[in-house]
Amino acid sequence: MKTVFDRTKALTPAAMHYCPGCTHGIVHRLVGEVLEELDILDKSTMVAPVGCSTFIYDYINCDAQQAAHGRAPAVATGIKRVHPDSIVFTYQGDGDLASIGTAEIVHAAMRGERITVIFVNNAIYGMTGGQMAPTTLAGQKASTAPLGRDKLHYGMPIRMSEMLATLDSATFIERVSVHDPAHIRKAKSAIKKAFENQITGVGFSMVEVLSTCPTNWKMTPVEALEWLKDNMIPYYPLGNIGNPKEVE
Amino acid sequence: MAKDLMKGNEAIGAAAIKAGCRYFFGYPITPQSELPEYMSRELPKVGGVFLQAESEVAAINMVYGASGAGARVMTSSSSPGISLKMEGISYIAGAELPCLIVNIVRGGPGLGGIQPAQSDYFQATKGGGHGDYRLIVLAPNSIQEMCDLVMDGFDIADQYRNPVMILGDGTLGQMMEAVEFNEPKKRELPPKDWATTGIKDKNGKKRLISSLFIQPEDLENHNLKLQMKYEEIKKNETKFESLDVDDADIVLTAYGTTSRIVSNAIKALKKIGIKAGMIRPITLWPFPYGAYEKAADSAKAFLTVEMSLGQMVEDVRLGVNGKKPVYFYGRTGGMLPDQTEIVEKVKKILGGEI
Repeated sequence: MKTVFDRTKALTPAAMHYCPGCTHGIVHRLVGEVLEELDILDKSTMVAPVGCSTFIYDYINCDAQQAAHGRAPAVATGIKRVHPDSIVFTYQGDGDLASIGTAEIVHAAMRGERITVIFVNNAIYGMTGGQMAPTTLAGQKASTAPLGRDKLHYGMPIRMSEMLATLDSATFIERVSVHDPAHIRKAKSAIKKAFENQITGVGFSMVEVLSTCPTNWKMTPVEALEWLKDNMIPYYPLGNIGNPKEVE
Repeated sequence: MAKDLMKGNEAIGAAAIKAGCRYFFGYPITPQSELPEYMSRELPKVGGVFLQAESEVAAINMVYGASGAGARVMTSSSSPGISLKMEGISYIAGAELPCLIVNIVRGGPGLGGIQPAQSDYFQATKGGGHGDYRLIVLAPNSIQEMCDLVMDGFDIADQYRNPVMILGDGTLGQMMEAVEFNEPKKRELPPKDWATTGIKDKNGKKRLISSLFIQPEDLENHNLKLQMKYEEIKKNETKFESLDVDDADIVLTAYGTTSRIVSNAIKALKKIGIKAGMIRPITLWPFPYGAYEKAADSAKAFLTVEMSLGQMVEDVRLGVNGKKPVYFYGRTGGMLPDQTEIVEKVKKILGGEI
């Protein structure tokens, strides 16, 4: 019988620990497929964050370093400067990248580190139990914002992609979503471009993936996908924000 | 071999490059900035990489990444900056990564001052970061010894897969002395078969650098393994210098810059007929407790002199173990202990005045 669908060799057979309906599994698979298709799995080192996706190193079949909360871009910088011909990527959530790790991500982007960042934005802290993140939408409830995020108290959520795209050496920045199959295909295409950008040595690249957290959003998986489409995309518009450009 | 006249901070850089260090990640802070400046100038000449990070936090995490990737790598800072590095140092110790960290100590707490101090002893030897871990802490008292310890320090780090700290102070960083670069004693260094270099070259088995052990029994076992390593380090690497201790009525203890002042004080004491000796710890961790066993039987009293208000003195008390009184004299905030003040203190102790 002809095999029409199989696990990419970039993923290990380990059973993932993610909650039902969580989109991390989809994003892991997209990253894995891209590593296999670009034939870079055997020269890749991944930097795992602190958060729900800490255990990504159990699921993706390449070398890995586990970083302190928010410090993945600095750790990735150290690896890439030692092995400039290898492929180095970080996988970070919004608490990790957009809150505690803002300095590290901004300066890695400013330096044009030849790394790829997969930024999974689900507008909440997952691992610690649904606390408010800098990306939590105005009015969105969280365990530390029980009445919803008050924009007068906390301001409006941070748009990391737009902020980083102001940096000349951040050469590829795109925001995608994984709430339906069509958008999943677009997400994969962006992730592929981000890694190609690293292979050609152009500069820093990041893909922000809008994702769901049904458990902490207190929704069913289907409701969560709908909520993402109706609430997150209007505030976090999809598309390419910084195009590949040669750094002078 | 002809000696070079070098400033302490620059000599550290020269010794590191001679020892094969090719990566430096740091952030400017007084009084150690000559070291990153030297590395930014010299590392590219030997194919190395100097990178000025956005913060000490980022710098130590770059060291984590580079060391995990198999490189011989270092960072340097001074007291407030070392406080910022403590998160990363705990991770480096937990993930068992070798690297060299230089602390050119200045006065604290807080922003403190920019003059020499020894008030980071607790931070260096008793933790600083979270968890049950140990730094190997080397305390030179001359630019020459600083070069020797930097060169050996990289090997010690590699041998035990453990971070090594050079604990200097503003005086050692800023002063100039003649130095030569000597090969350290040869050590058997294990291959870095754990480094993340990409899986192509190692039979398809992926490698992981991590300090995370989510199962409590795994974390306990990891800690027990670390403790066994620390016991091995205590056994093999404890280092101190002993000066006229055997027939001394009073044994002084001092490290680094302070030990030079104390050795002058001992000469002055001898001239007035007082038999004084000195134990100078060269490794602050592991601390040379054993050096005090015999001395605690023969000497009448002990005096610890520090550029702090009493930190190492606690280890001296552990070494002396209640057998004899242990006194303390210290200056802090960038003030140096004075030779005559030390002599006066000794006279009072032996005269039964305190």
